[in-house]
Amino acid sequence: MLQANQLLIERHFEPVFAPVDLQVQARELWLVTGANGAGKTTLLRLLAGLLRPSNGSVRCTAPAMRFLGHALGLKEDLTVTENLAFAAALNGRGDLSLDDAITEVGLDEARFQAARTLSAGQRKRCALARLLLSPATLWLLDEPYANLDAQGVGLVDRLLEGQLSRGGSCVMSTHGALRPPDLPYRELVVQRAVARV
Amino acid sequence: MSRVKKAFHQFGSPPWLFRFAGILSPILWVACLGLTAWGLYWGVFLAPADYLQGESVRIMYIHVPAAWMSMMIYALMALFGFIALVWHIRATEILAMASAPIGAAFTLIALISGSLWGRPTWGTYWVWDARLTSELVLLFLYLGVMGLYNAFDEPRKGARAAALLAIVGVVNLPIIHFSVKWWNTLHQPASISVVGGSSSIDSSMLWPLLIMAVATKLYYGANLLTRTRVRLVEENRNKRWVRDWIEGKKG
Amino acid sequence: MSGQVFLPLLKRDLLLAFRRRSEVLQPLIFLLVVVSLFPIGVGPGPQILARIAVGVIWIAALLATVLSLDSLFRSDFEDGSLEQLVISGHPLALVALAKVLAHWLVAGLPLVLLSPLLAVWMNLGEGGLMVLVISLALGTPILSLLGAIGSALTVSLRGGGQLLSLLVFPLYVPILIMATSAVTSATDGLPYLGQLGLIAAGLVAALTLAPWAIAAALKLSLE
Repeated sequence: MLQANQLLIERHFEPVFAPVDLQVQARELWLVTGANGAGKTTLLRLLAGLLRPSNGSVRCTAPAMRFLGHALGLKEDLTVTENLAFAAALNGRGDLSLDDAITEVGLDEARFQAARTLSAGQRKRCALARLLLSPATLWLLDEPYANLDAQGVGLVDRLLEGQLSRGGSCVMSTHGALRPPDLPYRELVVQRAVARV
Repeated sequence: MSRVKKAFHQFGSPPWLFRFAGILSPILWVACLGLTAWGLYWGVFLAPADYLQGESVRIMYIHVPAAWMSMMIYALMALFGFIALVWHIRATEILAMASAPIGAAFTLIALISGSLWGRPTWGTYWVWDARLTSELVLLFLYLGVMGLYNAFDEPRKGARAAALLAIVGVVNLPIIHFSVKWWNTLHQPASISVVGGSSSIDSSMLWPLLIMAVATKLYYGANLLTRTRVRLVEENRNKRWVRDWIEGKKG
Repeated sequence: MSGQVFLPLLKRDLLLAFRRRSEVLQPLIFLLVVVSLFPIGVGPGPQILARIAVGVIWIAALLATVLSLDSLFRSDFEDGSLEQLVISGHPLALVALAKVLAHWLVAGLPLVLLSPLLAVWMNLGEGGLMVLVISLALGTPILSLLGAIGSALTVSLRGGGQLLSLLVFPLYVPILIMATSAVTSATDGLPYLGQLGLIAAGLVAALTLAPWAIAAALKLSLE
């Protein structure tokens, strides 16, 4: 579904991380870990096709892909409902209705609130609702656990479980100890490139 | 790989380009200095004065080649930029960005020399005639490319953005030229020019002009290759071939 | 199930502009202020004003457009919406077209509608008004399209705004020349259709070519 060969990117003519090889099959969950600043976000953006590699290649054969970046992609002046309606129009909507998706992520009471007024955790939930609304076989998530309370973390785990059981896959970055408790996963550790003196 | 493709990619290889530039640029510098001295001497001291403009016509030997170069370099900059954007070759990014200040300098020389040339004829240091106005807009185009390139933190990203701007500029350049020329005929009678237009140039003035034209091209080549070498060393300072070259210099 | 981009994006942007109405009005107020400064600075003599009317109105339109262009892609870039649009797989040129159209409807069209007022202020000669409005109607979309290229190139830069002016003004020179010539010819009783025809041709060219340049610039800025 997703393949990376000797993937490398340079900033200021120095590699950011050591070359990455990755093969993601169906029903696989990959955790991208590494120290702060090692380049996890950069790697995910490379895999998503937002960045061009300096060396190596990325090949994505998945029919549809969803990306959750550091910036969530929510318009401040639009309500939760409006934001999700736009996302559904853009990416196509699956079987789940807008209202059900909002309920599923626990934003029932905030559905008509502007994104500007939401807390960081609520915004994250709104962005996660997009994953429910428009199913895709490959998910690339940058720090999905960030800013979420215990229930939010549980929500992410439920989403991951659903994705894998449907035959999809996911590559997600996480730092620290947060990992999905019951799901089998494989780990890719991003190593900062060795600085040459 | 076909031979052309192979040559293409070899040209883009930093160590190869570094060596090539190192051999060619001294030759270009020497030739340029020689031709410039010869051309200026001929133009300033030996060639005749113009029967209409007198001695002031001699500025033409600087102004006209500078104006030609200002346009040629912009086109080359856009060409290098196009190759850089389509084939992602770093060497052409360097060549494009190194060309920009040289082209801007020629544009400035063309503007100043054009202004000085006009002083005896028009009585003022500046008139909005077609050529000077076009050159001024061209200068702004150059400054835009250079400004955009320098505004970015990441040099490769800046070079690609500036390259895209240069391509947009080169597409617009003929349109700008045409519209300024047309605007000028609306507002002013035709300006005096020695080259181009209806008057043809006498061969006694043509030769020094051509020599200066070649000299400016050599200058561009020499300057470009020298700047490129500096840039290549800066960027690749951690690579083996640069370290070997430095070691070689020390020994 | 692949969704659509042009209409949803256009509607979204118009809705967003409506939510920030006061910000949207600022370039228009700027336009009015700038034009009204000329009689104050140059003197209210009707003949001088009439002579410079076209130039003043068109230059004020250029300035107002550039002012409004800086924010064209900025909020989408900063909140991550631009990334989502690129990843959605829809042609980025269509995205560019939708955003520029929304921008023109909100920032360019009002300029066209305000122009009769400005023509009266500047004592524009008889026969010039209609051609002025047409020149602005055809020309302001070109300003938006070309300016959007600059806007896309500078969106990832912190101090983008001033650089944007330097980038786009050379590109605006031909439109300025053609438009002012058309209106001046009209007020002098001379033929003006040629100039208008050229502007129209320019609009077609810009509509065809600019979206690709904008798309390339947006992808570049995201890197």
